[in-house]
Amino acid sequence: MKSTGRGPIRKYLYFNTIYLTYTRSMWRQNETMFDKEKIREIGKQRERWENTTLPNWISQFPERQKEFRNHSGMLIKRVYTPEDVEEMNYMRDLGFPGEYPFTRGLHATMYRGRLWTMRMFAGYGTAEDTNRRFKYLLSEGETGLSTAFDYPTIMGYDSDHSMAKGEVGVCGVAISSLQDMEVLFDGIPLDKVTTSMTINGPASILLAMYIAVGDKQGVRREKLGGTTQNDNLKEFFAQKLCIFPPEPSLKLSTDIIEYCARHLPKWNPISISGYHIREAGATALQELAFTLYDGIAYIESTLKRGLKVDEFAPRLSFFFASHNDFFEEIAKFRAARRLWARIMKERFHAKNPRSMWMRMHVQTSGCTLTAQQPLNNIVRTTIQALAAVLGGTQSLHTNSFDEALCLPTEEAVRVALRTQQIIACESGVTNTVDPLAGSYYVEALTNEMEEKAMEYIQKIDDVGGVIAAIEKGFFQREIANSAYRYQCEIEEKKRIIVGLNEYTIDEKCPIELLRIDPKVEEEQVARLQKLKRERDNRKVKEALEKLHYAAQKDENLMPTIIEAVKAYATLGEITDVLRKVYGEYKELILI
Amino acid sequence: MIKTEEIVKGVLTGDRRSIAKAITIIENNEPQAKDIIASIYPHTGKAHVIGLTGPGGSGKSTLIEKIVREYRQKGKTVGVIAVDPTSPFTGGAFLGDRIRMQELSTDPGVFIRSMATRNYSGGIAKATNDAVKVLDASAKDVVIVETVGAGQSEVEIIKVAQTIVVIHAPGLGDDIQAIKAGLMEIADIFVVNKADRENAEKAVIDIQAMLQLNNKEKSWQIPIIKTVALTGEGVPQLIEKLEEHREFLEKEKLLQKALLKAEVELVDAIKDKVAQSILEELKSKGKFEELIEKILKREIDAASAAEKLLREMLKKA
Amino acid sequence: MQKKIRVLIAKPGLDSHDRGAKVVARALRDAGMEVIYTGLRQTPEQIVEAALQEDVDVIGLSILSGAHKTLFPKIMQLLKEKGLTDILVFAGGIIPEEDVPELKKIGIKEIFGPGTPTEKIIQCIQDYCSKRA
Repeated sequence: MKSTGRGPIRKYLYFNTIYLTYTRSMWRQNETMFDKEKIREIGKQRERWENTTLPNWISQFPERQKEFRNHSGMLIKRVYTPEDVEEMNYMRDLGFPGEYPFTRGLHATMYRGRLWTMRMFAGYGTAEDTNRRFKYLLSEGETGLSTAFDYPTIMGYDSDHSMAKGEVGVCGVAISSLQDMEVLFDGIPLDKVTTSMTINGPASILLAMYIAVGDKQGVRREKLGGTTQNDNLKEFFAQKLCIFPPEPSLKLSTDIIEYCARHLPKWNPISISGYHIREAGATALQELAFTLYDGIAYIESTLKRGLKVDEFAPRLSFFFASHNDFFEEIAKFRAARRLWARIMKERFHAKNPRSMWMRMHVQTSGCTLTAQQPLNNIVRTTIQALAAVLGGTQSLHTNSFDEALCLPTEEAVRVALRTQQIIACESGVTNTVDPLAGSYYVEALTNEMEEKAMEYIQKIDDVGGVIAAIEKGFFQREIANSAYRYQCEIEEKKRIIVGLNEYTIDEKCPIELLRIDPKVEEEQVARLQKLKRERDNRKVKEALEKLHYAAQKDENLMPTIIEAVKAYATLGEITDVLRKVYGEYKELILI
Repeated sequence: MIKTEEIVKGVLTGDRRSIAKAITIIENNEPQAKDIIASIYPHTGKAHVIGLTGPGGSGKSTLIEKIVREYRQKGKTVGVIAVDPTSPFTGGAFLGDRIRMQELSTDPGVFIRSMATRNYSGGIAKATNDAVKVLDASAKDVVIVETVGAGQSEVEIIKVAQTIVVIHAPGLGDDIQAIKAGLMEIADIFVVNKADRENAEKAVIDIQAMLQLNNKEKSWQIPIIKTVALTGEGVPQLIEKLEEHREFLEKEKLLQKALLKAEVELVDAIKDKVAQSILEELKSKGKFEELIEKILKREIDAASAAEKLLREMLKKA
Repeated sequence: MQKKIRVLIAKPGLDSHDRGAKVVARALRDAGMEVIYTGLRQTPEQIVEAALQEDVDVIGLSILSGAHKTLFPKIMQLLKEKGLTDILVFAGGIIPEEDVPELKKIGIKEIFGPGTPTEKIIQCIQDYCSKRA
């Protein structure tokens, strides 16, 4: 298996840069929004202000810091004026919502027409427990399901595996077979809800199970809607839930993209994720750049299968974090949309506007929440959620305030959901599209994000593409450095975290926590062993052999996995077949 | 504190706790170290000591894991010493090679120890040689030493190992030029890892070309083995060559190399002892600090200061 | 004599959140210690064997999955069986306060939860090692 070359991306960026510079300079005089003379006049007034009003004030009230930077290291000015966006061309850089480059939003009316999907990540214990939580959230007004699986499931182990001891159902739902999946969605019609599944290595297996449940419910496959995260690339340097080495992992992800393009038109086969990259310690800028680069890699991988870009690109989706620096996040979301639209149009020659859409799901940041004074986290989550809404997200999960202590209780998750509902119904921000457009600060920051992200993309390209960068530890090093820098800033009090290094109190854990009953593991193991006795084991054996053969022949594995799943082969058994063929991955460690 | 006799007894019977303790004592240069080495030395000389060196990113640790597994399949016991650099600024070290071999931790026939260079130059730690002796004395059939991995100044390994394996992987940036002249000289076996990559063949050809130029030991033909450490491809062939080299050494060169090694060791030991005792005396009389002051005030340079001291000391002797 | 404090940082179980473990490892290295990191997905047996072979002074266990109630007692029991009772064991991650007394009873000296400054961990280790010397 060969490693991916860097030729195509490099050529694209080279020509693109030349093209953009050329066209920008050519049209600069005619196409900017602002009158050059008036801008110069403002500049002169700014200088006057800097030499008179400003020093007078500063001499009495010095600024709190020598300089202000956001998390990505960008210098934040004291005041932004039209000078900071003098090159801006409204139609070229912003446009109207629902039109290229989609900076202002993917849809013409955005939240005036339809609010974002309120999709709360949930899962713990047995399939029955999570089925109950699903129904609770739906009854409280959430508009989409999102499934958290337990660690054994995520790593392709059945609940009775030795590595699963103590981990079954503890931080997600335990799903070892189709039987569990059937219980998980019992009473939930799959043609009436959309379901997101946060699963990567075994994504094919969980998707196969979902399809099988749909089949049993009598729902036509073309009607099944939802998302599989299925972003194996980021596992190697962020979430670390990799089972197989990079190349077979990319193959499995591409299998799903290809299969869905042909058979599941309403399914988002992949959620290209920046969230985990960010939570692992990256800055907003790194999150943006690395995620986009992964996106480019997936597109190239799928194109190699012979599909045309417009056949599958409309269903690619993205997943970002939303952290505390309000404007940095908003700029990131807007820059992401514009950048992706440009990449799709200019690099991949997409014709269908939907191929240029960056549809995103956002989750508020987990790592910014504190175990100290947990109720403060409600405030943090609110700020982060608001940034996501002002950034134009399609779907949103808000964290619960007890996130740093345990899995969310019912009360905590309800407050998190209400946060979204209050923003939607009471704050008024949804009454117009992209309200912050035109802010000198926000536009300048959006431009800077885009520019710096492109620089990063060039850097990764120079390293040799995504697989080479993973193997050389490029991402890992960048993330580890950012994470360490962040920790140092907190310890040196250069960065204040309320309740943690400032405004602290002496406290005992003030809230009730959700604890998982250890009986869950016993029950699950018993159920699984019963299944293994009662199923047609001959059929299972045949299906697994068929899968082994198909994997060796490098075919798209979805059809054979669906067969295996319907024969009630377990998740672990199927993953073991793939482990035999692809090997297991050992990570490269960089601190 | 555990008694020296107990530790030595433990080492010789293969008790892992004793082996671990012995290596720590030696690393820290504790008073017991001398006696431990003296006691175990007669029991050494049986293990095949293999040094593995090569640039970072070449897949050394992954390859070692596969090599160990292969040896274990053949019923051999293996000791591994993985060396990582000590930070010259903080004195600390991140020892991350074990990660690739962690699954082997629970195999009773394998002993893995991570060592920091503690600012010793040349790719290994000063105590590596003695740590190898401990593993040798504990009856390990094979001892593998993995060097730091800068790939450029890793020549200290010849003081420790009998067979030197140099690893290279295509696409590391500098290609063959990354293997500096020194390494070309000391290699007994070359490995081109990640052999499934595009430029693997080119790497093999380039190494062959350089070998033609550098060929000194005509009695041992330096082989180039292609491996894919991730899958284990090529590892059985590598083991074959390692065994072949071991036999070759036994027949022809082992005695000579052992002689050279012993010479180097003795000279080093003498240098160490001399420096130690002189420094101890100087420091006890305050002369050392005096001279440091003078050097800082630019009154005298370090080399002249050393000469002055020695002349004084030898006059007295 | 060059005595260094050797620390094993381990990730027991399937939890893959290693940001904290790596930040702590780096901080300890910058404080002059030799840090051996086991990598992810370690069994109690693998952790204890590594501690034994590396002859560490300290073990730091990082876990955010909630599986500490099963894994930690196993680790402490194995350490006892192998006679490694003079090693300082501390833990970090997501460990509810109500579980702490139980963990301290089985021999885990300190739980350094989210937000603990690395300086605190370094101090704890240095105090322990100087007392032992």
